[in-house]
Amino acid sequence: MSTSRRKFLKWLTAAGAASALPSVAEGHGHFTGYSDSYGVLHDTTLCVGCRSCEKACNEVNDLPAPDRPFDDPTVLSDVRRTDEKAYTVVNRYDVNGPSGSPVFRKLQCNHCKEPACASACFVGAFTKTPEGAVVYDASVCVGCRYCLMACPFDIPAYEYNKALEPRVMKCTMCHPRVAEGKLPGCVEACPMEALTFGKRDDLITIARERIRKYPDRYIDHVYGETEVGGTNWLYITGAPFETLGFRTDLGVTPAPELTSGALAMVPVVIGVWPALLGGIYIMSQRKEKIANQEKAAAVKDAINTTQAKADAALKAATEKAKNEKDKAVEKAVKKALDDAAKQTGGGEA
Amino acid sequence: MADEPMVVERPLLSKFNVIAGLIILVGLWLTFKRFTGGLGAVSNLDHSNPWGIWIGFDLLCGVALAAGGYTTAAAVEIFNMKKFHAAVRPAILTGFLGYSMVVFALLYDVGRPWRLPYPFAVNQGVTSVMFEVGACVALYLTVLFLEFSPVALEWLGAKKIRAVVVRLTILLTILGVVLSTLHQSSLGAMYLLVPSKLHPLWYSPYLPVFFFVSSIAAGLSMVIFEGSLSHRFFKDKMDDEHRKSANDIVLGFGKGCSMVLAAYFAIKVFGLALGNNWNLLGTGYGLWFMVEMLGFVLLPCLLYAIGVREKNVTLIKWTALWTVLGIVINRLNIVLICFNWQLPADQRYFPHWMEIGISVFVITVGIVVFRFIVTRMPIFFEHPDYKEAH
Repeated sequence: MSTSRRKFLKWLTAAGAASALPSVAEGHGHFTGYSDSYGVLHDTTLCVGCRSCEKACNEVNDLPAPDRPFDDPTVLSDVRRTDEKAYTVVNRYDVNGPSGSPVFRKLQCNHCKEPACASACFVGAFTKTPEGAVVYDASVCVGCRYCLMACPFDIPAYEYNKALEPRVMKCTMCHPRVAEGKLPGCVEACPMEALTFGKRDDLITIARERIRKYPDRYIDHVYGETEVGGTNWLYITGAPFETLGFRTDLGVTPAPELTSGALAMVPVVIGVWPALLGGIYIMSQRKEKIANQEKAAAVKDAINTTQAKADAALKAATEKAKNEKDKAVEKAVKKALDDAAKQTGGGEA
Repeated sequence: MADEPMVVERPLLSKFNVIAGLIILVGLWLTFKRFTGGLGAVSNLDHSNPWGIWIGFDLLCGVALAAGGYTTAAAVEIFNMKKFHAAVRPAILTGFLGYSMVVFALLYDVGRPWRLPYPFAVNQGVTSVMFEVGACVALYLTVLFLEFSPVALEWLGAKKIRAVVVRLTILLTILGVVLSTLHQSSLGAMYLLVPSKLHPLWYSPYLPVFFFVSSIAAGLSMVIFEGSLSHRFFKDKMDDEHRKSANDIVLGFGKGCSMVLAAYFAIKVFGLALGNNWNLLGTGYGLWFMVEMLGFVLLPCLLYAIGVREKNVTLIKWTALWTVLGIVINRLNIVLICFNWQLPADQRYFPHWMEIGISVFVITVGIVVFRFIVTRMPIFFEHPDYKEAH
């Protein structure tokens, strides 16, 4: 008895410990991103729009040749987005008027700390690596393009013109190069040091330091520090962010939090619905059964009453008939006797 | 049989067959183009507009309008509303074909359709709402197949298997309601991820609830609408029970739909209040939102109520069509019209004619199969061998 109780308690403790450990690590702890991850700081005040980064990106990622060469300055007259041939593009914004100096901004995957694409993918093709990059695995991709939908920065692109093996195309923050100890292609190519590669935490310090040192040169905000829960690419600029094509209305909520409530309802529906609907079914069946029983009872009752009435009527009728018959017999007998008496009397006379 | 069904000639070269045949030929050609040239060869989809009418119309509207299956089955089997019994088989068939068409259209939309089992077989992306949608749709299609199977088994004369499947009816019905609740709502939940792209009047944390409740209205309206079409085209196939209960079904479902639309209108107003988006009602999108809310939710709600009160079957039937149209507008608003509303006009999506062509092709195939089944199998009539078997 005591051993079994002790055993039971031991199991209980073991189970408790087993369930408590991961919940402390994942459930209760608020995930704030991988602490030692890398990122890139883009200082738009240093960028001259030479597009060396675009060229380097194209080379290191073996992307197809661009429609127009990288040294063609007319490309910059359009505001472009990333596509299946370009993981990164530089856009020009004439924020200081047509005669003033333009501002250039490089666009690529921001490598969110909690990526919307990874949250959206139903086959787990996206991984947020501890090194900071969000990488994509084409070998499992079904091609639903929910990642393109989900990305708040409109970054992933799709190979719409491939029939057999279309892929999602996006910047990998040169994850394979970084693993070899090299710099991302774009960072290495930048002649102006407008791109700084480093630990994300250090980059935020550097950015803040620049803003503190040159308050007239920068807007006091590091874009990507908190946007959609934080990104590993960070930006500082001298012009208001919204004038450079940055979305400033994205909020600070990481993508997974947007759907966690809806996903949490799944077990509730699975648990509650069958019990509720099964209960309603049983109740409606029972109601019908009782209604049928009552109906049967009422019918039986009605039959009995009718039967009794009929019996009584029959009895009354039989009795009446019997009485009448008796009377008739009596009358007939009497008449016969009278007739007989008369005859006898007449005969004598 | 009480009255012998009138025999209607359905010649091989009828107008219907010729038109359907031509559409199917064009569809096959577009299919060839799609699978040899990629999505870009037949669609206007691009990096910023990855989902077009195949998702907006074929998938989202298809799933909503196929909701008649679970709503009717639940009303009759669980809530024991026996007078609607004649509506169950047509609704289950529509549901089954509707979902089959959804999956069929999906084969064109996803980049590598042969990998559709991957999310379940290879790598499970359980953080995705789409995983839930995929799992539920796959399971529900199986449930609908089983719910439909007695029809085919009666036709084929497989009595023993039919008896086994029929015994599962209540279990399948409950499973159907659970799965439908989950995926109808999670189709809306998929859009929870895009607060920055969907117009705030349509974006709401309540999107899953909106989708679920409106799917009930869509399902009920579809049963009425489709019933009136079937009465027109397949009346010769209907038995007495089916014809007699038709008006009961229209009135009953109209009444239910009126109440559901009233509830839907109420929660949509709550959603508007929660988002505190009243100021946006004055904008162009606000006007469009009001058209949807007043013209396609509140108006049919009232028309249904009037129709039921005055037993005006014709009014209810037209209202059903109007409600179906309203649901289509709502889904298209979310996927296309009010999605990417901040992008400049030249970067917005408009379907290529070939995308529409493939959608029409998918629907035509669905109608042809529907016609094949109802002219042969016991959908609108009870099979003589199985009368009173339920």
